Amino acid sequence: MSYDKRFSGRKFDEMRPIEAKIGVIKRADGSALFKIGETIAIAAVYGPRELHPRFLQNPETGILRCNYDMTSFSVPERKRPGPNRRSVEIGLVTEKALLPVIDLKQFPNAVIDVFIQIIQANSGTRCAGISAASLALANAGIPMKDLVSSVSVGKVGNKILIDLDKEEEDHEEATDIPIAITNRTKQITLLQLDGNINKKELLEALKLAKLGCEKIAKIQEKTLKDYYKNEHE
Amino acid sequence: MNNEYIISLIQQNKRIDERKLDDYREIKIEQNISKNAEGSARCKIGDTEVLVGVKMDVGEPYPDSPDEGTIIVTAELSPVASPLFELGPPGSQATELARIVDRGIRESKAIDFKKLCIKKGEKIWIIFIDIYPLNDDGNLIDASVLAALAALKNAKFPKLEDGKVNYGEFTNEKLKLEKLPINFTFVKIADKIILDPNSKEEAALDARLCVSVHEGNIHAMQKGGDASLNEEEIEKMIDIALRKEKEIRSLLK
Repeated sequence: MSYDKRFSGRKFDEMRPIEAKIGVIKRADGSALFKIGETIAIAAVYGPRELHPRFLQNPETGILRCNYDMTSFSVPERKRPGPNRRSVEIGLVTEKALLPVIDLKQFPNAVIDVFIQIIQANSGTRCAGISAASLALANAGIPMKDLVSSVSVGKVGNKILIDLDKEEEDHEEATDIPIAITNRTKQITLLQLDGNINKKELLEALKLAKLGCEKIAKIQEKTLKDYYKNEHE
Repeated sequence: MNNEYIISLIQQNKRIDERKLDDYREIKIEQNISKNAEGSARCKIGDTEVLVGVKMDVGEPYPDSPDEGTIIVTAELSPVASPLFELGPPGSQATELARIVDRGIRESKAIDFKKLCIKKGEKIWIIFIDIYPLNDDGNLIDASVLAALAALKNAKFPKLEDGKVNYGEFTNEKLKLEKLPINFTFVKIADKIILDPNSKEEAALDARLCVSVHEGNIHAMQKGGDASLNEEEIEKMIDIALRKEKEIRSLLK
């Protein structure tokens, strides 16, 4: 089936408008808001702090814990508050997406907690959460080797495109591929796929994700620089 | 920050943020903060920030009130908001917060439950009021009440098709609020009464009292904290609440 024009009127390589902010939660050690189109994610970082229960403590290294949660009203049909299988899995892949850029060896016995809350959802929430979490970790002063940026790419009908919205995700022939990429070293730290796609198309999608993540990284960098510049004025 | 410092300030009628004992911090209310909710709002009191979303669903009435809809209030104290909040099922603090918000709305009859009846004995509207603190710098209760009222105030009924809700499509019909009951949270520290405690003051509190008022009437109260209150202290708190209710209510327009 052909998909010649996007429902939203966007170009196939065009992401929705992006906004990023840091320092949005005063009580947290670091925090960020990342908005892409109608999807809004907030991330809060607490730590490094003492890890409980104690038996999980490791004298060799600290650990990273990520939790993903959607507010009950972020989606059209009310989501029951609390964790479910989907949110637990997303917490796990988020952790794996961020781990490669953090040096936890400096924090023996400690934990860095990342909490992600989705305030409004229109697809791409895990990616928005990862982009927000990366900013929040930087805002918390956690030493990082790189920034992580994340966006979903995919195929709708016969077209490869970036940043699927809900309408596209619900298309009967949609393949959704959430990806996270480190900015400097271009390593892929998150890759999931649901749907049906061939190798050539996948490589094309990866290329698109790389370009998208580069744009997101620029926005993340600018957000950090502006924040700390203003802080010193 | 230690509690002794807070206490010594309050003994001199001073507060750490230089407010008077019966002053609120600056209150900011913003409506329509999440598109998929039937109603939503953010309330900031100083650095405290709470989001509330209203969702609606169709359900069956309770047998003892066949022509009345209902509200269900839930609070999730997500660890986003404070280093003291932990993951897991709602604890006592979250449950108390939700129940205080519920009681203020329910007991003042801010919502006419009869107007939520779709078909007597069969179908009613259930109004979910979900509270999510984003930053806890004290007095989550008052911020939650104000955010809940603001969210209810701009809530629109979703479309109903064949007795089922068609989510994502809204009607122009608004949920009508009959009253705007305002909650005032006081704490007693060093035998002084203070309004709108911040998180440092909450850590030092001896007793707490929530008073929910509407145009001179009291609709709900809740005493908290380990210490007791005397009659005089309670009267003083009620007087402050009644004196200030109009001013606070005007923030809800």
